[in-house]
Amino acid sequence: MKYIDEFRKKDSVMKLAEVIRQNAGRDYTFMEVCGGHTAAIHRFGLPSLLPETIKLISGPGCPVCVTGTDFIDKAVEYSGDKHVIIATFGDMIRVPGTASSLEKEKTKGADVRIVLSAFEALEIAKANPRMTVIFLAIGFETTVPGTAIAILQAEKDRTGNFFILCAHKVMPPAMELLLKGETNINGFICPGHVAAITGSRIFDFIPDRFKLGCVVSGFEPVDLLLSILMLVRQVNSKSPEVEIQYSRVVSREGNQIARKYMDEVFDPCDALWRGLGKISAGGLRLKKKYQNHDTDVIMPVTTELAREMPGCICGDILKGLKTPQQCPLYLVKCVPENPVGACMVSAEGSCNTWYRYKNAV
Amino acid sequence: MCLAVPAKILKIEGVEAEVSAGGAQFRAGIQMIENAGIGDYVLIHAGFAIQKISAAEAEETLNLLQELSSLNM
Repeated sequence: MKYIDEFRKKDSVMKLAEVIRQNAGRDYTFMEVCGGHTAAIHRFGLPSLLPETIKLISGPGCPVCVTGTDFIDKAVEYSGDKHVIIATFGDMIRVPGTASSLEKEKTKGADVRIVLSAFEALEIAKANPRMTVIFLAIGFETTVPGTAIAILQAEKDRTGNFFILCAHKVMPPAMELLLKGETNINGFICPGHVAAITGSRIFDFIPDRFKLGCVVSGFEPVDLLLSILMLVRQVNSKSPEVEIQYSRVVSREGNQIARKYMDEVFDPCDALWRGLGKISAGGLRLKKKYQNHDTDVIMPVTTELAREMPGCICGDILKGLKTPQQCPLYLVKCVPENPVGACMVSAEGSCNTWYRYKNAV
Repeated sequence: MCLAVPAKILKIEGVEAEVSAGGAQFRAGIQMIENAGIGDYVLIHAGFAIQKISAAEAEETLNLLQELSSLNM
């Protein structure tokens, strides 16, 4: 497959690993922010190719993982109404809320449907005009323009029964929060598909204010190793900057059409991130003129105080402070078949990734 | 979640395209792509093409790799 095979060549991977070993003259800790990167790094066994002096830690870039328990609780509450269809990306259905999950509600008869895009949810609304269709809008900047297009289409077609429960989030404020706290990161492997939309310039504040390097990376092994090499060199030369490794997809400015859709439909708002707490301007909400599609405005529900499972350390894992193995529940009570925390649910969650690739060894 | 796959545009109908990725064919929205054309490679995420893939830039990355490989090692 074009644009995949040539970035997975064994010779190139081995050669890059060798160049990295030659350049790595000290200890380095890099955070891969994106859950997709975490999954790719372990799937391709990259840590085994790197010198022990290079440590990779996972960050808060798994949307399912950072979505708060209160969001699940609300979705569960809505799903109890027999006039409601919940349309959601697959992973969300299994995330435990305080008392239930969408999967459990579905087995009890709730109409919960898995969709692959916001548009598919809109199609369900059009096909079921008497039902209230609620799309669980999660995801970072990569996913937001798709939701925006669905909202604009719903407006155009007057699909009044299409709603979103919105937990869209934006990446830079979360990275800033991490950097303001306790951290030993020497550089970021930045999320390539977020940057495909936003452009790499959203990371400029990191070298400017925190003197740390950023490399926007692709998702194939060659991409990731090249990005690690670029970061190693930035650290060695003490010249932190934002570099783009994933230039076949990412530019400084990003996709301007997609950004226009986002800006037309959404405004920044404070948002609750699991593990990180409330982040100022860390999320998005529908602009006033589109709030006729916002469940929080049209049909607000109050849920009991959301509770995390005692012992679950998803929060510290998302901040890069702990690894799954340090969690008392990991593999004891918390496994992919019966997850306790969100990081074990998503295929991009650290715990799930560790379970699949580390335990297999 | 931010997973995206490279796909080739086979057919365009209004704001939708029929695309092919790894042998599978499916439809994707191309509202965010300027001047989408048949034969273009795009990156698909959650039902939408989010960006065109630049052949020239991909080539450049691979050339860089070539240069690294030919260095004294």
